[in-house]
Amino acid sequence: MNPNLKRLRRSMMFLNCQKPGLIKDPYIYAPDSIMLDLEDAVAEREKDAARYSLYHALQEIDYRGVERVVRINGLDTDLWEEDIRCAVAGGCDAIRIPKTETAEDVRRVENAVIAAEKEFGREDGSTLIMAALESAKGVMNAFEVCSASERLFGIALSGGDYTKDLQTTISGTGVELMGARQHMIIAARAAGVQCFDTVYTNLKDMDGFRRDVETIHTMGFDGKSIINPRQIPIVHEIFTPTEKDIIFAEKVVREIDTKKAQGIGVFTVDGKMIDIAFYDGAKRTLALAKASGVYKGDL
Amino acid sequence: MEIKKAAVAGTLESSDCMVTVEPGSGTVELDLESAVIRQFGKQIRKVINETLANLDVTDAKVTVVDKGALDCTIKARVECAVYRSNGITNNLPWGGAIK
Repeated sequence: MNPNLKRLRRSMMFLNCQKPGLIKDPYIYAPDSIMLDLEDAVAEREKDAARYSLYHALQEIDYRGVERVVRINGLDTDLWEEDIRCAVAGGCDAIRIPKTETAEDVRRVENAVIAAEKEFGREDGSTLIMAALESAKGVMNAFEVCSASERLFGIALSGGDYTKDLQTTISGTGVELMGARQHMIIAARAAGVQCFDTVYTNLKDMDGFRRDVETIHTMGFDGKSIINPRQIPIVHEIFTPTEKDIIFAEKVVREIDTKKAQGIGVFTVDGKMIDIAFYDGAKRTLALAKASGVYKGDL
Repeated sequence: MEIKKAAVAGTLESSDCMVTVEPGSGTVELDLESAVIRQFGKQIRKVINETLANLDVTDAKVTVVDKGALDCTIKARVECAVYRSNGITNNLPWGGAIK
């Protein structure tokens, strides 16, 4: 199994491969992942140019541990297969499938990735996949998409196209996205993969952005798509456990371990009732804190 | 590879370069313009010539206007212009002639 399937992905920043100035040093902003875009951001007549830039950027720029995901063109174009050859040859970490609607979409991409890994001598299984759901049909099929491949690490909502398909618009309140968000996080958790939220496009409304991130964090999402470096610190702040969270999680884990040995099932920690049901959540908090670099403990 | 027709790749934006290739007259003729030509002219020429050699281009007129592009961008723009001049967009030799 690829060890990066469950890596930390709080912030996934889109970058247009058509623009060399954007893809040359995004690691200075320290997002967890970058999404090098060959799709919507790239003008139709520059699709070829974006690929050469992508290939050499992947080969020659040291992104300092930031995950490099490549968004390929849609499966309804004649571009996506060459996109995959280019991205896999360059050594990307993952492929993002746009407009995913079925498990078959994922399997088509997986087969092309397998062929490219073989053609370019890359380790079998080294290229992961994520799927963007951008339509009502895609959201309805979220669980089958999540379960379609062992390489698939997660799904992401693409709010712009999704709301267009619902025949509504992005309101800024999140009301129009509620159903998709809830359905997708449940499907992702049922399948054991990660779930990522859509972009927030109003860069002038940072308070609205913060509320949006707080909402999806509460809902259980693993991270959010980002379009501007200014958004990264807010996402990381909200998705990184606080010192108080970490201390409490440590107490919960230690107390459950101790009480279990004593044959005690229910007890209190800092005045809160605790039983075995809290164990996994506390362990997750500590794992997230460790991955975020704010916890050096041994639990 | 033969340069079949004139082709352009890149822009004049910062960190980019614009590469034009045209059919040559027997050799590679390179015309380079760059704001950093005194410091990096030699290196930029080297990258362009190596990229053309990898693509087996031996007969071309090449014009490059550099706006502070990294080596990886210069290679990408030269390759793009050469393949555009041949109308090739698929089954490209990633890791082969493109390296």
